[in-house]
Amino acid sequence: MSTDPAAGPGAAVTVNGAARALVGAQPPVTALDWLRGIGFTGAKEGCAEGECGACAVLLARPSLDGSSDTPTEWTAVNACLVPAAALAGQEVVTAEGLGTPDALHPVQHELAVRGGSQCGYCTPGFVCSMAAEFYRPGREAFDHHALSGNLCRCTGYRPIVEAAEALGAPAVGDPLASRTTTPPPSAPPHSVPGWVRPAGLDEALALLGEPGAVAVAGATDLGVEANLRGSRPRLLVAVDRLEELRTTSVDDGVVEIGAALSLSEVERRLAGRIPLLDEVFPQFASRLIRNGATIGGNLGTGSPIGDLPPALLALDAELVLVGPAGERTVPLTTFFTGYRRSVRQPGELIARIRVPLPLATTTAFHKIAKRRFDDISSVAAAFALDLADGVVVRAAIGLGGVAATPVRATAAEQALLGAAWTPEGIAPAVRALATAGTPIDDHRASAAYRAAMLGQSLPRLLAESAVTR
Amino acid sequence: MSVGEARPHEAAALHVTGRALYTDDLALRAPGVLHAHPVQAPHAHARITRLDPLPAYAIPGVVRVLTAADVPGANDSGTKHDEPLFPDEVMFHGQSVAWVLGETLEAARLGAAAVDVGYEPLPSLVTIADAVDADSFQGARPTMVRGDVEAGFAASARVFEGVTSFAGQEHFYLETHASFAQVDDDGQVNVSSSTQHPTETQEIVAHVLGLASHQVTVQCVRMGGGFGGKEMQPHGYAAVAALGATLTGRPVRVRLTRQQDMTMSGKRHGFHATWKVGFDDDGRLQALEATLTSDGGWSLDLSEPVLSRALCHVDNAYWIPHVRVAGRIARTHTTSQTAFRGFGGPQGMLVIEDVLGRCAPVLGLAPEELRRRNFYVEGQATPYGQPVRHPERLDRAWQQVLDTGEYAVRRKEIERHNAGDPHRKRGLAITPVKFGISFNFTSFNQAGALVHVYKDGSVLINHGGTEMGQGLHTKMLQVAATALGLPIERVRLAPTRTDKVPNTSATAASSGADLNGAAVKDACAQILARIVPVRARLGTDAPWEDVVRAAYLDRIQLWAAGFYRTEGLSWDATTMTGTPFKYFAYGVAAAEVEVDGFTGAYEVRRVDIVHDVGDSLSPLVDLGQIEGGFVQGVGWLTLEDLRWDDSEGPHRGRLATQSASTYKLPSLSELPADLRVALLERATEDGVVYGSKAVGEPPLMLAFSVREALRDAVGAFGTPGTSVELASPATPEAVWWAIESVRR
Repeated sequence: MSTDPAAGPGAAVTVNGAARALVGAQPPVTALDWLRGIGFTGAKEGCAEGECGACAVLLARPSLDGSSDTPTEWTAVNACLVPAAALAGQEVVTAEGLGTPDALHPVQHELAVRGGSQCGYCTPGFVCSMAAEFYRPGREAFDHHALSGNLCRCTGYRPIVEAAEALGAPAVGDPLASRTTTPPPSAPPHSVPGWVRPAGLDEALALLGEPGAVAVAGATDLGVEANLRGSRPRLLVAVDRLEELRTTSVDDGVVEIGAALSLSEVERRLAGRIPLLDEVFPQFASRLIRNGATIGGNLGTGSPIGDLPPALLALDAELVLVGPAGERTVPLTTFFTGYRRSVRQPGELIARIRVPLPLATTTAFHKIAKRRFDDISSVAAAFALDLADGVVVRAAIGLGGVAATPVRATAAEQALLGAAWTPEGIAPAVRALATAGTPIDDHRASAAYRAAMLGQSLPRLLAESAVTR
Repeated sequence: MSVGEARPHEAAALHVTGRALYTDDLALRAPGVLHAHPVQAPHAHARITRLDPLPAYAIPGVVRVLTAADVPGANDSGTKHDEPLFPDEVMFHGQSVAWVLGETLEAARLGAAAVDVGYEPLPSLVTIADAVDADSFQGARPTMVRGDVEAGFAASARVFEGVTSFAGQEHFYLETHASFAQVDDDGQVNVSSSTQHPTETQEIVAHVLGLASHQVTVQCVRMGGGFGGKEMQPHGYAAVAALGATLTGRPVRVRLTRQQDMTMSGKRHGFHATWKVGFDDDGRLQALEATLTSDGGWSLDLSEPVLSRALCHVDNAYWIPHVRVAGRIARTHTTSQTAFRGFGGPQGMLVIEDVLGRCAPVLGLAPEELRRRNFYVEGQATPYGQPVRHPERLDRAWQQVLDTGEYAVRRKEIERHNAGDPHRKRGLAITPVKFGISFNFTSFNQAGALVHVYKDGSVLINHGGTEMGQGLHTKMLQVAATALGLPIERVRLAPTRTDKVPNTSATAASSGADLNGAAVKDACAQILARIVPVRARLGTDAPWEDVVRAAYLDRIQLWAAGFYRTEGLSWDATTMTGTPFKYFAYGVAAAEVEVDGFTGAYEVRRVDIVHDVGDSLSPLVDLGQIEGGFVQGVGWLTLEDLRWDDSEGPHRGRLATQSASTYKLPSLSELPADLRVALLERATEDGVVYGSKAVGEPPLMLAFSVREALRDAVGAFGTPGTSVELASPATPEAVWWAIESVRR
């Protein structure tokens, strides 16, 4: 392979502590392809769509909660989705870099001695996901969701879970733990044919105005399109490290969330500020995906079965779009215009998501899927209600999977307003919800089941809110 | 003593550090390796009217297009001569009709898209029902008969009839099919393949290339999972790699993407069964008549022995005096279904467990009582005439699960919970497993091993079995160390190769440790016998190294080829009678679930398992097989959803769930909240290596307990005595419809 002519300064990657030239890294080459190509074959391709986690590696990323004590956080991502070019200037650790057979890393040791590997093919990915959790700042207990994006076909998971739970804290002087106390690698401007990391927002917007240019952040959707369906956009414009898109703020009237923050970053930075979103996060794909996928990307891709849109619809969210002409604010209810279409113009980006305050007090997110972790909704419903003296005084319901776009269940909302919060009182709203949208038959669920689940969701909310009360 | 010691997998340290190499990792280390990509047909059934490779050569980086015209030997990738490697008639959606080799995978992919193929679509059969309507069957149509079912039904107090149909299962080994071929200076074709059956891969490669077996060497370093999916299916991919390497003189790698693997390779057979069953007044089975129809897919592959094993397991653990069970294999335009952990056994057993689960409420018996009442007792034989040895082991395991699982106490707790919660119901069930060990086909029950003792006293072993994660190599190291009386560190194991141990059987039928372990032990025993005089001379305390050194100087052969064949087996496939199994493996599981009445979603709260592995060769490995098999079975029965497009639309015959995002296998969230596994004690199996028992397949069927617990929980939404029908897989949607049907 010839030297990449476009590789300028910064076209180096630190892999397991040693600098490597980032050669041959233009799309569609993924971080996984590139790592395996230079001999790090520990990471495997199991599915090429971010579902199995066999490709997981660790990246040194800015701390997810914006902490200054530990400004760097080891973040596990699916290397099969990350464009190789996005590694420019970054630090990567693979299973090979964590330990050796003679000097196993604590995570590796616990997995090995407890029978946590059988065929071993998924194991390096589990090791990396588990190591990210091992190094998570402030970890008290092991969060099982850290492993929600890794599939094992052999063990049945029990020994893997036990290995995770046996982990102590990193030893004093652990080099990867020490690394978290110094600043993360920056994301310098860099370009290769087909991929560019612009220097700032203005350059990004200018590039996105060109035909065939597509914004990319975590690549958790575009990467799947590339790997499984051969999508080859003319130019990928990396927007995930644009500081203008990575801020959060809370004031009396509104919570603002930067669109280029990953779901994990949003979760950690909001720290429970929006309970409805806290219900969504653990059900949103997997930790590996949430570490890459951004809130703006989940909205921008416009999928009718995305998990965030129903919740953000129920929260009456607005989007701030930024383009060459400046910013404009669009209610989420008018953002989607059709299947994977929106009012966003070419050359525009979602800059921020605004959630107005005060929040509704009774909220819930009902996701219907086959599997509890890391599955795609057949139908999803998000509720944001206020009750006063047993009567519904505010109602917003967002739905996914029932139409070409995420929608508000306006008829059911109208039927709820002023209704008693009792089985009899909500009956008209239940009927309205059961006939909302036009659910389809597919491999995830039948149309009849989808409609039935819509009909069940309000009685379920009533029953479950009674239990919590 | 190494045998019986709980040891981690022999390659665990390599697994966790990412240093364990798999077939495609080897391929990526070969300079100049070419990448292969298939041309997949977009029709379930079509005649190929044109196949022009020329446009592919316009793609930069395309090196060679492989078509039928390139095959020097037989254009056939199977052992039944019904699987052309390059077909002229497309038999399933996604079948490869040509392969493109490129300097990069991207070039090969674009080249494959550019190959110009003309298709004339033909009518297709996608479901078992389609095939039955069209009378489309393949292979043998065996019937297993004992006694007189008509007399049995006449003597029955209650007779029920029903239909049970259930889906197949994708293997979803994390490592997709992979092969890597190189040709050496003398024309020797060396193939690394992710294969459970190196000998058969060798034979197919040889016959495709028109070579003798000794011109082809197949190696399997290790597999990233097999589960039966790499018993017969790897051969064609190995042949493509070998053909490409032969034609180009360069190394060639074939590694399927997940979608290619799912759309091209065979799966567990789905079945359709009609049945009629009779019970006496006490709920004792009197007669069973059934017709089992499996979906074999487009070619025969292993469908006949899978069907035989299904028929041989329709009794599971139950004495049924009068039996007539017929089997047939539907020929459909889908992938060619193949071996999958249990090999038809789970499908046969699912039928009788479904029958008992559905009939128990109507008979007015608790399902656990109905099951227990029908267990085999000493002196009884299976419908095919094999005496059931050690049935008391099943009784012991059953009682142990009831006792340690506090079954009766929890039954009461569940009743209390269910009475108080209208929306969430719990269910509890206990089910048995009896599974026959040995290949049904007697000849396959043989194995070889090669044990080298070097002059320094170190030992290298080879055997004919392959490592797919099941811990076979770990067990073989333990067997060799124990047989030779050495610390296990003195023994190493080399990858499985056909030039080390020839004429091997597939690592399958759970038999890997039984057969190869006995062969390894035989080789060790030969060496020990030869050095007896040296030991006598040097004294019993002489260090092993001194003995070996002295033996070498005495010109004593310090290596040996071991061999084993299982004695006492017989099988007549025409009458479906004989003693096909060396022994039965037993197990019992109890599962408790909670089901949400709003959605049908559920969770497994607790599972108790007692399983019979004889005297365990390697308890940590065996525990892993039990738990892993159980969870895989739960996946088959509750979650994993193969959906073929059976519409008349343009995608007819296409697998709709062909990727990890649409075909969901168990994740961490499916691990039971409380999982307790015990090995049955006092379980020595005479005549098997160190008293052990096979463990690979039987635990999968412990998962019936979860399906039956779901049935129990669904029943709690209705009135007592209602028979609950539950689809398989019992997805949340399927459970919800079952609840709806009993709520009415």
